[in-house]
Amino acid sequence: MHELSIATEIINIVEKEASRQHLTRVEEIGLKIGALTGVNPDALTFAFEASTGDTSLAGVVIKIEKIPVKGECRACGNAFEVQEFVFICPECGSSDLKISQGEELDIDYIAGQ
Amino acid sequence: MSKKITVEKKVLSENDRLAADIRKKLEKQKIVTLNLVSSPGSGKTSLLERTLKELGNKFNMALIAGDVQTENDADRLKRAGGKNVRPVITGGACHLDARMVTRALDEMNLKGVDILFIENVGNLVCPSSYDLGEDMKVVLMSTTEGDDKPLKYPSMFRRSSVLIINKIDLLGLSNFDIKQAEKNARTINADLKVFEISCLKETGLEAWYDWLGNQVTSKKGKK
Ligand SMILES: Nc1nc2c(ncn2[C@@H]2O[C@H](COP(=O)(O)OP(=O)(O)O)[C@@H](O)[C@H]2O)c(=O)[nH]1
Ligand SMILES: [Mg+2]
Ligand SMILES: [Zn+2]
Repeated sequence: MHELSIATEIINIVEKEASRQHLTRVEEIGLKIGALTGVNPDALTFAFEASTGDTSLAGVVIKIEKIPVKGECRACGNAFEVQEFVFICPECGSSDLKISQGEELDIDYIAGQ
Repeated sequence: MSKKITVEKKVLSENDRLAADIRKKLEKQKIVTLNLVSSPGSGKTSLLERTLKELGNKFNMALIAGDVQTENDADRLKRAGGKNVRPVITGGACHLDARMVTRALDEMNLKGVDILFIENVGNLVCPSSYDLGEDMKVVLMSTTEGDDKPLKYPSMFRRSSVLIINKIDLLGLSNFDIKQAEKNARTINADLKVFEISCLKETGLEAWYDWLGNQVTSKKGKK
């Protein structure tokens, strides 16, 4: 369950950012999670709720944008979404790909007052 | 009035920062650093025991043995001849992180070390997110696991550079299809360097030892 450690990192970053921005109350946290990270969005939401229970972040809404894996074939230039983790160009069969997204594990924004 | 503030920060940026420091330090000392990952029981410790016995006279090897609760693996590695072994107990965490490795390295003598092996906690999900400053991840799977393992844990196989299939002495005793396992791994990561080995019967290990030697040579050759 590394979602717990990840939730802890998120809490640390958000608390720092909130105080830097003079937010007294954080209401929403926007995350971007790429399909390649192996991080399970539901488990992360659960872990976050479990770890914020008695902190200033209790009750914060977590919005997760799931980012699919996309790549571009270096052999034929075809840009496509990598389905089911098959890292092979559907046009020409090459596996020489440039992965453009899907590795994200980012805090996109926070909202509050 | 609620306001929205753009953060755009990597959740693991602190880990990545520490990992970058480790990488820089080990690169400067020309130490080949391998992060070994697998499910529990695939044979990480067994492979390191064999490697210590076979290459102990040839290379100076340091080892970090991660474990959730015990120092058993570190003890095994010491018994196998490991002179520079550091246990790291994660206290429940299912992975090593760069902070744990930084602390371990601070207490180790790295002078003259050729190869640093990091045995990660037995788990195919969590360790994939945590960069430890290694040159490469080496993923192990054994023939007693399903040949669809790569498809179930794509992130780990995608982020590894080497795949070791262990326990080939047991091939034929189950419906594990080694060609299918490799094919599955290669759909996820075509660049994987694959070794088929048995730590028990000591088969296929020569190729692994040669490869390790080549890694050391090319690292030393780098200015
Ligand atoms: N049959 C067989 N058993 C092995 C082989 N390599 C390791 N084992 C056994 O598998 C078990 C787990 O190995 P270990 O090295 O502790 O795995 P780790 O959890 O990945 O470190 C031990 O009982 C080993 O003796 C092998 O090549 N063949
Ligand atoms: Mg072990
Ligand atoms: Zn193509």
